[in-house]
Amino acid sequence: MFFLVTPEPLDPQRAVELVRRHEAGAVVVFLGVVRSHNLGRQVIRLQYEAYPEMAEQVMREVAQEAATRFRLTDVAIMHRTGVLPVGETSLVVAVSSPHRHQAFQGGQWLVDRLKERLPIWKKETFVGGEEWIEGELPPAG
Amino acid sequence: MKVKVRLFARIRELAGISEMEVEIGEGMSVGEVFELVRARIPRLAGQQLPVAFAVNARYVTPEHPVRPGDEVAIIPPVSGGGHVLPGHP
Repeated sequence: MFFLVTPEPLDPQRAVELVRRHEAGAVVVFLGVVRSHNLGRQVIRLQYEAYPEMAEQVMREVAQEAATRFRLTDVAIMHRTGVLPVGETSLVVAVSSPHRHQAFQGGQWLVDRLKERLPIWKKETFVGGEEWIEGELPPAG
Repeated sequence: MKVKVRLFARIRELAGISEMEVEIGEGMSVGEVFELVRARIPRLAGQQLPVAFAVNARYVTPEHPVRPGDEVAIIPPVSGGGHVLPGHP
């Protein structure tokens, strides 16, 4: 398994190669991309801030749980930090599995779970202002 | 005893610092440590701040006891990954 929090641009192809296995007939890749509109506002950029040591730890826990639940062969997760203009990739999740259903379902579960638990925050700069976008409080324990 | 407290995102900006050392009493919980931090930083004192807590990079409940040398993190509501708000998929 591979986990990374980095200010450098993310390479989805690298994530694919990291999870590719002869016994895995399916590889699913998710990219989170900074989009141009949110809540009716025109977005200019996002600033991502992480608690990096903890984020990689949470990635590991969530990936291990996903691998067990969905029989994933391997998992790679990368999250970018810093200032990202519209169109940039902020998150890459790649999973491999013997069959496609497990890969799709495991990948979706993994991304949803990461959003609930990863100690990463984003501040949106839009036309007319800026604001921290706050989601859910992560569950304790 | 002393512990390190790390602040992030909106709380870091409000406080104007990203970490601080706090002198705490024996057997204090992370929730109580956060109240000490709020008392020391006027801009955090006056308002409602929904937060979670981590000790040594693991999520814990507010009642979790803090030990000497622990790293406490104050975790505002998280928003990593793509660009989706709760209720706004």
